[in-house]
Amino acid sequence: MKRILDIAMPLLVAVLVLGVWEWAVAHWQVPVYVLPGPSAIARAFADNFASLMGSLFSTLTVTVEAFLAACILGIATAIAFAQSRLLERTLYPYAVILQVTPVVAIAPLILIWVGFERINLALVIIATIVAFFPILAGATLGLKSADFNLVDLTRLYGASGVQTLWRVRLPTALPYLLSGMKTAGGLALIGAVVAEFVAGSGTATGLAWRIVESGNRLEIATLFAALGLLAFTGVLIFAALSLLEWLLLRRWHESALRAP
Amino acid sequence: MIALSGVSKRFANDVEALRDLSFTVADGEFVSLLGPSGCGKSTALRIAAGLLTPDTGRVHYTKEKPEIGFVFQEPTLMPWADALTNARLPLDLKRVPRSDANARAAAALARVGLKGFEQAYPRELSGGMKMRVSLARALAAQPKLLLLDEPFAALDEITRNSLGDDLLRLWKEDGLTILFVTHSVSESSYLSRRVLVMTPRPGRIVEDIALPFGRDSRLAQATIQAQRVISDALNIAMAA
Repeated sequence: MKRILDIAMPLLVAVLVLGVWEWAVAHWQVPVYVLPGPSAIARAFADNFASLMGSLFSTLTVTVEAFLAACILGIATAIAFAQSRLLERTLYPYAVILQVTPVVAIAPLILIWVGFERINLALVIIATIVAFFPILAGATLGLKSADFNLVDLTRLYGASGVQTLWRVRLPTALPYLLSGMKTAGGLALIGAVVAEFVAGSGTATGLAWRIVESGNRLEIATLFAALGLLAFTGVLIFAALSLLEWLLLRRWHESALRAP
Repeated sequence: MIALSGVSKRFANDVEALRDLSFTVADGEFVSLLGPSGCGKSTALRIAAGLLTPDTGRVHYTKEKPEIGFVFQEPTLMPWADALTNARLPLDLKRVPRSDANARAAAALARVGLKGFEQAYPRELSGGMKMRVSLARALAAQPKLLLLDEPFAALDEITRNSLGDDLLRLWKEDGLTILFVTHSVSESSYLSRRVLVMTPRPGRIVEDIALPFGRDSRLAQATIQAQRVISDALNIAMAA
């Protein structure tokens, strides 16, 4: 019953909002270039389905590539930090600086350096920078959270650093890392969108560019369709990472044991 | 089996844990290291295991360093791994082939009464059962020397007694050498052959009590008498 309510109530709200929206737009005869009704947006979505899917694919590719790159770089850096306190103290401040500097401000530089002829690479780099930090932070904290006695035990049995990392430190870090990955997944999408905005029309072909283009042409219904797709993509990424988290932690971690 | 001579240890926070600590444990002995909380017992045990290096003094082993098993006060299990995988950890680290390691870990679990719980995760086990997994892990690598750091301190009395009896049985069956850190007079009086009484920090040994035979149960006359002797020695140590 509770599960049905969990799904039914938000759905009911959606139907109500869409209904009121449709009615209000018709009633006050709001021009479509200001606010199209849901039916107009659905029509725009259907009319532009192929090209919107192409744009979705383009943005999704950048997002996924950036997310994977951020995972690899973040975990590798965290492992390097775990091996050497000195390295961590030396480099962590720069990771923080990279994190707090607004990526919109760095994006033009990266576009110039990488070059517009390799626009996809530039987009991936920008999105990677945005997604990198939560993974680094999560993995660093996680690797440090290993039970000292358990680590001592591996030393007692003559384990190598790699063995201790693989058998004890990485599994301990997994819940922290997955939490960081959930944040990073959303950030990778935001990074991809910001990067497309900065890159501008004519080069990028993703959803963000479609939003800019539709805005310029006052095709507000198409803009809404692209916006809806972006939101849907964000939810999809979050759901996929939540599923991954559940699959990996369900047998042993408190957080997954209490999840529905 | 093992001897510590003139061992001192001071930590970075300037706490002097041990001062001039010396003792020997012969092959096949069951020795308790008894003292109040914070007297450096655990530090001494870690030094004996080679997990800490002493500032002065030395650790000698009779032959080369023996295979050592270590049991902590907490079960210290890997929550992401089932009982079998936990018990197998020493063998995995030594790169024992998987099928062989599985068989040995399962045998170790059976010896501590956990047959049938191989696939259970730590969260599914009671405190006493987790401690048994921890003991099985220490046994899996077939140690000559077993070091235990107040292993039963966090358990209820019934569980503690049952684990104590199991430990005695394992000691007799395997001809283990055991060094058992505890702050319990009754535990040391029943389990061990010899009790080393330590002073409060900085810890050193003030009394080396060999216990007589005839302590067949916790309430045997000889056990009660041993408790009195150990208790008196501990009181003197506390005043020192």
